[in-house]
Amino acid sequence: MRKSKALLFEMSHAGRQGYSLPSCDVPEKPVDELLPRKLQRCEPLDLPELSEGEIIRHYTGLSTRNFGVDTGFYPLGSCTMKYNPKINEEAAVLPGFAYLHPCQPEETTQGALELLYNMEQDLIELTGMDRFTLQPAAGAHGELTGLMVIQAYHRQRGDYKRNKVLIPLSAHGTNPATVSMTGCEVIQVPGDERGLVDLKALKAVIDGTISALMLTNPSTLGLFEEEIEAIAKAVHEAGGLLYYDGANMNANMGYTRPGDMGFDVVHLNIHKTLSTPHGGGGPGGGPVGVKECLIPFLPVPLIDKKGEGFCFNYDLPESIGKVHSFYGNFGVIIKAYTYMRMMGAEGLKQASTDAVLNANYLMNLLKKTYHLPYDRTCKHEFVLSARREKKKGAGAGDIAKALLDRGFHPPTVYFPLIVEEALMIEPTETETKETLDAFAGAMEDIAKEINEDAEKVIHGPYHTVVGRLDEVRAARNPILRWNKEQQL
Amino acid sequence: MGGKHYLPLTDQDRREMLAAIGVGSVEDLFSDIPAAVRLKNNLNLPPAMSESEVIGHLNNLASKNRHFQNSVSFLGAGIYDHFIPSIIKHVTGRSEFYTAYTPYQPEVSQGVLQAIFEYQTMICQLTGMDVSNASMYDGGTAVAEGAIMGCGATRRSKVIVSRSVNPYYRAVLRSYFHSRGLTLEEIPLKGGHTDRAALEKTLGDDVATVVLQQPNFFGLVEDMEGVADLIHGHKAVFVVSADPISLPLLQTPAEYGADIVVGEGQGLGVAVSFGGPVLGIIAARDKFVRQMPGRIAGETVDSEGNRGFVLTLQTREQHIRREKAASNICSNEALIALAASVYMAAMGPQGMREVAGQCLQKAAYAREKITALDGYATVFPGINFKEFAVTVPGDSAELNRKLIEKNILGGVDLAVFYPELKNTMLFAVTEKRTREEIDTLVRELEGWK
Ligand SMILES: Cc1ncc(COP(=O)(O)O)c(C=O)c1O
Repeated sequence: MRKSKALLFEMSHAGRQGYSLPSCDVPEKPVDELLPRKLQRCEPLDLPELSEGEIIRHYTGLSTRNFGVDTGFYPLGSCTMKYNPKINEEAAVLPGFAYLHPCQPEETTQGALELLYNMEQDLIELTGMDRFTLQPAAGAHGELTGLMVIQAYHRQRGDYKRNKVLIPLSAHGTNPATVSMTGCEVIQVPGDERGLVDLKALKAVIDGTISALMLTNPSTLGLFEEEIEAIAKAVHEAGGLLYYDGANMNANMGYTRPGDMGFDVVHLNIHKTLSTPHGGGGPGGGPVGVKECLIPFLPVPLIDKKGEGFCFNYDLPESIGKVHSFYGNFGVIIKAYTYMRMMGAEGLKQASTDAVLNANYLMNLLKKTYHLPYDRTCKHEFVLSARREKKKGAGAGDIAKALLDRGFHPPTVYFPLIVEEALMIEPTETETKETLDAFAGAMEDIAKEINEDAEKVIHGPYHTVVGRLDEVRAARNPILRWNKEQQL
Repeated sequence: MGGKHYLPLTDQDRREMLAAIGVGSVEDLFSDIPAAVRLKNNLNLPPAMSESEVIGHLNNLASKNRHFQNSVSFLGAGIYDHFIPSIIKHVTGRSEFYTAYTPYQPEVSQGVLQAIFEYQTMICQLTGMDVSNASMYDGGTAVAEGAIMGCGATRRSKVIVSRSVNPYYRAVLRSYFHSRGLTLEEIPLKGGHTDRAALEKTLGDDVATVVLQQPNFFGLVEDMEGVADLIHGHKAVFVVSADPISLPLLQTPAEYGADIVVGEGQGLGVAVSFGGPVLGIIAARDKFVRQMPGRIAGETVDSEGNRGFVLTLQTREQHIRREKAASNICSNEALIALAASVYMAAMGPQGMREVAGQCLQKAAYAREKITALDGYATVFPGINFKEFAVTVPGDSAELNRKLIEKNILGGVDLAVFYPELKNTMLFAVTEKRTREEIDTLVRELEGWK
């Protein structure tokens, strides 16, 4: 039986209480004496009133209406939904980490600084860069930081005309959006028939106004840019820099490093590659690594070794400043650090090996049923097209809903934009062969169902807690909060 | 090899899978990586450890830190030692929440989506605004994005910000603005408050946004009367950085005419964690919803007419609008917003008023006691909420070192941000500080010098 779930506000009963506070133990003064009436709130504070047990049942109920990696297979392309080790969660809540104030004197936070310092060394080795800032709180935030660093570098050299950033058509939306946030202009670079950057087309748009090229490698199609050296050379010769979107680093660990490919700036999505979970949308972490020549522009503070200890270094006169109030998502960094300590070099390489193996295995199973527009060895993910199914009446989005009914989280749909009816599938290394086989079976089953009764598929899902939700209605008539008046 | 317990494929599996693919070895799957960029050696990383070894190592690092469980904190500056109800970690610890991605598939993400919708509602209740997004990275980035919203709405490019706004937030604002080629001007202080006359003088018809903070960085409640009219007189947008913990007690930003409310939500039941992950709040009047960055959840119905929730107004966002998006934000701080929701639900109106009230009382008590000491004095007369600045008889850093010996994390040294404020400290006193802890601080201060 399908049912919507009451909101906290609808369960509220005046007089119920969900907290316990000690009473005020200092001599109290009348509030009006400390805070003049005219500065006090008049509006009633209309928050729900509930007991603790009701609140826990509410959220437990909500959690059962949600699908996570711990629920089942989650092959959401580009997002690297690998298993999130439980030890990560324990590490981040150790009192010596969780109850640490960012303004404490350095000598009282040496353990935290040491962890951040070690993490930086690990990331330097993993990517082949020279230094990292751990401040960015997500991938997109890393992109912004990286492009700010690149712009600062050009400006410092008196090179003010570089205001264009090259981006492949297959790029993630955050790439062009970030370019705009730095006041630069996006120049699209087309791909070739192999799905790779079209080197000739790239060279045609390169000139002295190029600030950087942003690239994901493997690309969002899951394909390795084989001509990466020539691409890097072309950009560098024109005075531009290379930015590496590290969202797909899960294919490369121990095999190849962006620093060795010629990239000057790198961000990693540690909530993807380094297993710190995604949190239902965040928090993440987007550390940014740079080559030597860009170190002076990194955000402050850097963390340096000083004698036996560690210290913050704010002495970077050319720095872009700060991109986060403090030192980034420390709690998330602890989890990534824990993961790297658990895995070691061999474990990380095996993770990438198995991620690529799983993807190729699944791709081979699925290309028998679905159209595979770029049929070559993939890396950690691959993109199918449901254009044949679409012709029969049900597209990528409908296939996604049909997967929900079969207990799987769907792939990323309608991205990358260059593939019609895209289904972007990233199984990750933490899935078994049995799971991949079962998923392939479900996908075949859906293809069959579309052949037989596409109409049925487009009205799915049938077995989820709610049926297909009307997104158009939500956007046309936005209801963005609960409202007492509206309910009466 | 490390991490074997996360990697289920057996050698037998791998052989079968390679055979199915039709290649001889895994090496064949990596042959598209040009030799020149292939790693020749193994990564040089510290050796893998077992679970108990890793925990031992981390415990060792953590034990080198002072923290709120072995010291009493009077630190603030935007991050506070507020009470965290136990219930929060039990909700955020449900792995259906924390191992999920952004709720792109609403039919299997009703849990996160409804929680966001409830979060948005509670942030609106607290601030008096009409809409809230699903979260930003932190207070600093929320301030920057709030200022940018004003630029988008007015199509102007100059922002003015008071020097009484948290210097960490201003630093973030500065980098965002500098890189974008927008103009930023600061309003000087007058007695620790925004200099109203200077604000009036700087305001012009080229100004997009004015950013103020309430309570301001020095813990002072600014008089906002007439400010909104002044700003709106120039058709500029009024952004307030507010401390959500203060809002049950203080006039809401809506009441004094603000257009957009931003702020740091860490106080709402979130561990300090060395400053992150924390919670960027952004809420606004309806008319600014198109400029709003990031995710927003909205109500709708399913195919059978049941109420449900989806991400909505996505044409503002990067995955749809690409270079024309309102912001580049993708991942946000969803789980932290969930924590804040549980906090607000558990505390309710009464608990939140009580927390705010105790902050007010305890800070007033501490301020009175400290400034009565010889050599200590109020820096800025005014109305304080939970923080206050005092001059101390000597070097602040030195004083803090001495306090640490007594297991006290003293105040923030203000000279770091305001060179003119030598030997001054900013003390934060939350509802968690007991009279005994405050009295101990006072005794230690008295005994110094
Ligand atoms: C290729 C790519 N780049 C960038 C991003 C943005 O990362 P984040 O969500 O951490 O900001 C993503 C995330 O989905 C991505 O897949």
